[in-house]
Amino acid sequence: MPDNSGHETTGTAPGTTGTAPGTAPGGVGTASPDEVPVFELGDVSVSYNGNPALAGVTMDIGAKEITAFIGPSGCGKSTLLRSLNRMNDLIPGARVRGELLYKGTDLYGASVDAVQVRKRIGMVFQKPNPFPKSIYDNVAFGPRTVGMKGSMDEIVEKALRGAALWEEVSDRLRESAYSLSGGQQQRLCIARAIAVEPDVILMDEPCSALDPISTVRVEDLMAELKNHYSIVIVTHNMHQAARVADRTAFFSVQVDDTGRRIGQLIEADETGTIFTKPTDKRTEDYISGRVG
Amino acid sequence: MAHSSMAASTAGASPRRPLAGAGTSRWGEKVIKTFLALCAAFSILVTTGIVISLVVPTVNFFGQIPLVEFLTGTTWAPAFANPSFGVLPIVVGTLIVVVTALAVAIPVGLASAIYLSEYASSRVRKVVKPALEVLEGIPTVAIGLFAFFFMRPLAERYLPFLPWDTPFSIGIAGVAVGLLIVPLVASVSEDAMRSVPAGLREGAYALGASKMRVSMRVIFPAAISGIIAAVVLGTSRAIGETMVVLIAAGAGNPNLTFNWFGSAQTMTAYIGGTATGDISQGTVVYDTIFAVGALLFTMTLTMNIIATRLVRRFREVYE
Repeated sequence: MPDNSGHETTGTAPGTTGTAPGTAPGGVGTASPDEVPVFELGDVSVSYNGNPALAGVTMDIGAKEITAFIGPSGCGKSTLLRSLNRMNDLIPGARVRGELLYKGTDLYGASVDAVQVRKRIGMVFQKPNPFPKSIYDNVAFGPRTVGMKGSMDEIVEKALRGAALWEEVSDRLRESAYSLSGGQQQRLCIARAIAVEPDVILMDEPCSALDPISTVRVEDLMAELKNHYSIVIVTHNMHQAARVADRTAFFSVQVDDTGRRIGQLIEADETGTIFTKPTDKRTEDYISGRVG
Repeated sequence: MAHSSMAASTAGASPRRPLAGAGTSRWGEKVIKTFLALCAAFSILVTTGIVISLVVPTVNFFGQIPLVEFLTGTTWAPAFANPSFGVLPIVVGTLIVVVTALAVAIPVGLASAIYLSEYASSRVRKVVKPALEVLEGIPTVAIGLFAFFFMRPLAERYLPFLPWDTPFSIGIAGVAVGLLIVPLVASVSEDAMRSVPAGLREGAYALGASKMRVSMRVIFPAAISGIIAAVVLGTSRAIGETMVVLIAAGAGNPNLTFNWFGSAQTMTAYIGGTATGDISQGTVVYDTIFAVGALLFTMTLTMNIIATRLVRRFREVYE
C-alpha cells in the first residue's frame, strides 16, 4: 500500500477486539435508534511517532445531535476529534489505527481523499482563527474552495445568519475579521465552517478563549445548529457538556506498565446518565470534582 | 480592617532598602544603556558619513556638467578624448540586470519558499535550508567567473541562433545575479511563510482546501509583507551587485543599447572599473564616480520607500 498519508488502517470490525483495558460494559455507546450513526468507531488508536496517545476507542456518534468529549488533560479527546476529519494527517508522525467509519465509509480507506473528508466534516478550533481577510472573504473562502454554485452574497448571508452573526456585521462585511471581538470571531469561524454546508461540525474547546457572555451565545448557537448538523464538541468544562450535549463520552488517562500515559474511553452515554448515574467509578470521581 | 493589616505588613518589611533613591543608584544600568545607544547611533552616523562623502564631489560634478545633460544623455564616455556624460546607457545596463535577475529570482525563490514552508518534510527542510544559506555566502567573484566561463559558453552552444556577438552578455550576467539572490529571496520569504500562525493553516485545511490553495490563498497573502521585503532585499542586492557584472557583462558600449545578448556596463560596474589607483582626484572622471554613486543611492532609496508603502498597503495583519 502506498504510504502517502502516514496512516495505517486495519480492517478490524467494531467491537471484536476488546483490547481496551478497563472499558466498562456500558462504555460502548449506540446512537438514538431513529438515526443512523454518523461515525462508528471500532477499536480506534492514535499514536504520535510510535507513542500511543489514545487506545481502543469503540463508540458510535449519532447524527443531528451534540456529542461531548470530556475528560482530564492528556486523555486524548482532542486527538480523537482531530482524527474524525483527518486533521491528524497534518501532524508528521501521527498514525490512526482501527476502524473509523463515516456513514459507513472507512475514513482512512486507501481511496479516501482527506481534502474531500474535510469538506463534509468541518471544524472550529480552540482559539478563533479567522483569516486576515475581510469578514465576507472569510465566510466565502470555503464555498469558493468547494466551488459552490449560486450567489456568493446569499451564501455568505445565510452562513452568517446561521451563526447568529448577521445582525452584528451586515453593514461592515468588507472590514477585517480582526475588527471583531473574540466571541464574534469565533462565531465567524462557525459561519465559515457552516458556509460549505457540511454534515458534521467538530468543535475543539470552542469557548475556552471566550468570556462567559460569548460562551452562552455560542452554546445557544450550538443548540440551534444541531437541527441541521451533527456536532462533536471537546470541552474542558463539564458544565458546558451538561448544558449542551445530548450524549457525553468520558475519557481518562491510563498509565501503563512502562509509565506511558495513554488516553482511553471510559464510557459514553446519554448526558443525563453520565452526570447522574455513571457506570464507572472514574467517571463519577471526575464528574463530582474529586479528580481532574 | 484592611487598612490596619496593611500597615502591619509594611512595618514587618522594615529590613528592605528604601524605595526612594533606588533608581539613582543604578548607574551600571545607565552605562549599559548609553553603550547600546551609541552602537545604535553608529550605523546612522556611518550612513550620514556616506551621504556627505557622496555629496561634495557630486555637487562639484554638477558644477561642470548640467544635471539635464547627465540624466538624458545617451552616450556615456567620461574618459574619452571627447567626453560625454549621458548616464542613461549605464542606467539601462543596471535595469537590464535587475529585471533579468528578478525574473529568475522571484519565481524560483518564491517557489522554493513555498515548497520548503508548506510541502517539504522536516527531514528535507533540515538539509535544504542550510544549503540555501551556504549558497548565500558564495563569493560573488566566483559566480561572476561561473557566468563568464560556464553559463555564457553553454548558452551559446545550446542556443547558437541567438546574437552572441561578444564573449560578454549583460543578460547572462543578469541571470547569474538572479541565481545569486535566489537564496536570499527564498530564505527570507520562507521565514515569513513559516511564521504565519499554524491556526490559519489548520483553519484553511479544515475547510477542505488543498495544499496548493492553502499556500496560495492563505499563507502567501498572510506573509506578503515579508515576501515583499524579501524581493526588495533581493532587488537592492541586484542593483548593487558589482563583481558579477564587472566580469561577465563586459566594459560596454558607450552608446545606449538594449541588447540583452551583448556587452553593456552597469552603474556599479562603471564605478568599480573606474575607481582604481590611477584615477586622479579633482578631475571630472573622479567626480563622475560619485555622481553615479549618488544616483545609485537615490534609486535604491526611492525603491525602498515605495516598497515600505506597498508593504503597509497590502499587509494582511494577523492578530
